[in-house]
Formats: sequence, structure tokens, C-alpha cells
Amino acid sequence: MDVGIVSYGAYVPRYRIRPQEIGKVWGADGDAMGRGLYITQKSVPAPDEDVVTISVEAARNMLLRKPIDPECINALYVGSESHPYAVKPTGTIVAAAIEAVPDLTVADFEFACKAGTAAIQVCMGMVGAGLARYGVAIGADTSQGAPGDPLEYSASAGGAAYLIGTEDIIATINRTMSFTTDTPDFWRREGRSYPSHGGRFTGGPAYFKHVTSCANMLMEAMGTIPEDYDHAVFHQPNGKFPTRMAKMLGFSNGQVETGLLTPFIGNTYSGAVPLGLAAVLDIAKPGDRIFVIAYGSGAGSDGFDITVTDAMDSFDRDAAPKVRDLMERTKEIDYATYAKFRGKILMKEVSI
Amino acid sequence: MAAPRFWREAPSRYNLVATRCGNCGSVSFPPRSFCPKCHRKSVGRMERFRLAGKGSVYTYSVVHEVPSELDMQKPYVIAMIEMDEGAKLTAQVIDVDPKDVHIGMRVRATLRRLGDEGPDGIIHYGYKFVPILN
Repeated sequence: MDVGIVSYGAYVPRYRIRPQEIGKVWGADGDAMGRGLYITQKSVPAPDEDVVTISVEAARNMLLRKPIDPECINALYVGSESHPYAVKPTGTIVAAAIEAVPDLTVADFEFACKAGTAAIQVCMGMVGAGLARYGVAIGADTSQGAPGDPLEYSASAGGAAYLIGTEDIIATINRTMSFTTDTPDFWRREGRSYPSHGGRFTGGPAYFKHVTSCANMLMEAMGTIPEDYDHAVFHQPNGKFPTRMAKMLGFSNGQVETGLLTPFIGNTYSGAVPLGLAAVLDIAKPGDRIFVIAYGSGAGSDGFDITVTDAMDSFDRDAAPKVRDLMERTKEIDYATYAKFRGKILMKEVSI
Repeated sequence: MAAPRFWREAPSRYNLVATRCGNCGSVSFPPRSFCPKCHRKSVGRMERFRLAGKGSVYTYSVVHEVPSELDMQKPYVIAMIEMDEGAKLTAQVIDVDPKDVHIGMRVRATLRRLGDEGPDGIIHYGYKFVPILN
């Protein structure tokens, strides 16, 4: 029995800030930061947006493309490192907002930037085992970067939702594999507003080791080489890492360009690979093969080998906004507005 | 607002659940137990259903003197939305420059944070409206 993607939906907030604007405030060369990270701008959530609202919008877009009875959704998982509550699931609010309650299991996941792909894996297990007819996996974040920290140039907001099932699959997930170690490259302690990271340690022993290992494991298990894939999506903490990663593994720029969104919207963390895959599905044709490797600090990689099915031809992709539509719907803001929106200004009393 | 009260209103705030009178067909939002036109004739004939979420700006105002919980969003647009099913409701119109809002503007519902009960309280989510993109 094949398990795969039945539908998908994406959402990216419309506000944008450029690295030059951030650098101007902190006495840094914003142009150089932007070039170094290969980021031209990043998305910023409005003051009334958070992981719940982003997840709901993505999930509703998913259901616009495939209007199933929400009561057939028996599992829903939201992966994020910016859940609005420390205790009180994001997923219950999302499930209520898409009218999937009460006959389902719900949980919130956290694994830095790969919590959304972990949610896809668990949905695959639930659906494949016959414990759920459909599962919804969401990766979404309103990621945090400390003022002046290099992360502030990339940490952005967005998310995507996936309906996983066994009927009317538009993309079969042929195989998923993970590579996981205990690597402290990036973390945020309980109650702290901003994450900390190991600087250059986040590269070689963290991102590159895990993504390479997972990619090679997956290709070895599938008996494939990079040329067998039409598209590849790698986790994209900045624009440079995934392009370097692709080159190291033998993928061409043409294979990764559709799913490479960070240069235009920043690093959406748990939303990054789900959004990149959504951008690929927006244009994919039946028979296209997609290679996906997510990465989450801490650290681990989830890999997916995916084949687009003939059902894509009759799938109503135009029923919801495509990722490129969301990327073009922008309003640029200055740093003062960004600081206000992100709660970086100490107010007299707490408000949203 | 106490958590239970908000919780009771969640179906309407999240999903625009309304009622239609089985006698005259008029739509009420939020849901009503009785039709304001048919009164006793509507007893037991009020059907709950979900509004499709699309409508037009019936009238609006740009608010500059705002309650403290909306400080971050001022100036904001508060509008009366005429839903395609006929009911009118009041909500913020967001993701648009206030000067671009106009009567008759087509809008759709989305879920956003409405406010919270301080750093220790619950977060309130509910409908706001965004322009329908062509």
C-alpha cells in the first residue's frame, strides 16, 4: 500500500525586511551579510500572527485543494520551535479551526528546523498502519533571532501543511530515512527569548554532516544517484548552505532552484523544507522524482524519496495560493516596525 | 474575558458558524436560538451552518485611538462585512493599507490573534478579514 501526499498548502506572512536595514541599526555591513548568507530579504509575521494562525492558513489552503471531510483526519501534528504556548497544544486550536475535532490524535512536535518533516514521518506511520485515514503534518515557525545576532538576518516566518494518506495520492513517498546524533549546535533553554548557537560549529559537524549522511543513506537504500531526481530540496538555514550541499552531493543548481526559498523569505525553520517542497509540488509533473533532506539542530536529518503520480494532473493546485504567489505578496518594513512587530520594544504593558 | 466564555464562542470565532431560520431563511451571526423576525415560529427550526467566509466591506472606519491591546496595529481598519450569505458582522480588515480599503471591497475571513489575557492568560484567536487577491 502506497502512502503519500494527498494535498498540501502553504502560507508566508507578507511583511519583509532586508539585511541592509538590519545592518544599519547594528553597525554591520548589511550588504555583506546578505551576500554572505545569500539572503535578499526575510518574512516577518504581523503582530497578530503566530504559529497557530500560520498553521491554520496553511491547513485551510491544503483543504481548499482537496476538500475532504475534515472528520476523516484522525491525526494532526504541528512541528515548530515557536509554539505560542509552552503548555497547551497548537494542534488542538488548528484541529478545531479546520473542524477536525474531536475524533483524532494531536500533538505538538519540536526538533529545531525539522519538526515539520518529523510530523510527516509520524503521519506516514499512522496512515500506513491503518490507525488513521488521513494525517495532517504541519511545519511552521515564527523563528527568533536575538537583536544584532547573525540569526536576525535570516530567522523568518512561514509554514506548510501536508495531508498524508493512501487515497488519491499526488506524490508517493517511496521511502523515508533519518540520521540523528546528539550534537549541540543550536539551542534555546526553557524561558529564554532567543536561541544560542555554536557559530561555525553549526556548519561542518552539524548541518553538512547530517544532511550528507542522510542523503547518502537514502540514495544507497533506493539505489539512486542525483541524476535520477528532477528536484531536490535541502534544509536552508541560509541561501549558501543548501547550494553548497547540493554541489557536494552532485546535484545541479537546476535541481534545487525551485525549492530554494530562503534567499527571498529567510529561514522559516520548521517551515523551510515543507515550504520548499510545496514550491516544487506547485510546478511538478507526473513522474517527477523529488529528493528531500530536512535538518534540525540538536541534531538530525529526515530524508524523503518522492514520486509525483498521475493524480497530479487532476489535482486542483490553483484552488489555493502557490508559494510564488505568497512570495510576491509583500510589504517592506523598516527596523523600527520590525522591532515593534516582533516584541523587541519594552512596552508599558503587555499586548499582542 | 474568562476562558470558558471564549471557549464557548470558539466555533463562531474560528469557523463563522451561523444560524439560518427554517421559517424565513434569514441568516444570523453569531448563532441565535430564535429568529429575530419570526420569533416563536422559528423555535426548533434554527439550522446551524458555516459561512463560506467571503463577503464585501459594507462600511468601515480607520481607528487611530485604539485599546491598549491593539497598540501594535494602529491605525487599524474596523469594518462591517456583509457576508455573501447575507449576515453582517464587525471585524478588522488586515493585510492592507487603510487608505486602500473601500466600500464594496471583496474580502475573505482568516484566523488571527484577537488578543490575550496577559502573559499568564489564554490567547484569543478569531476571524479577521483580508482582501481577496486576484
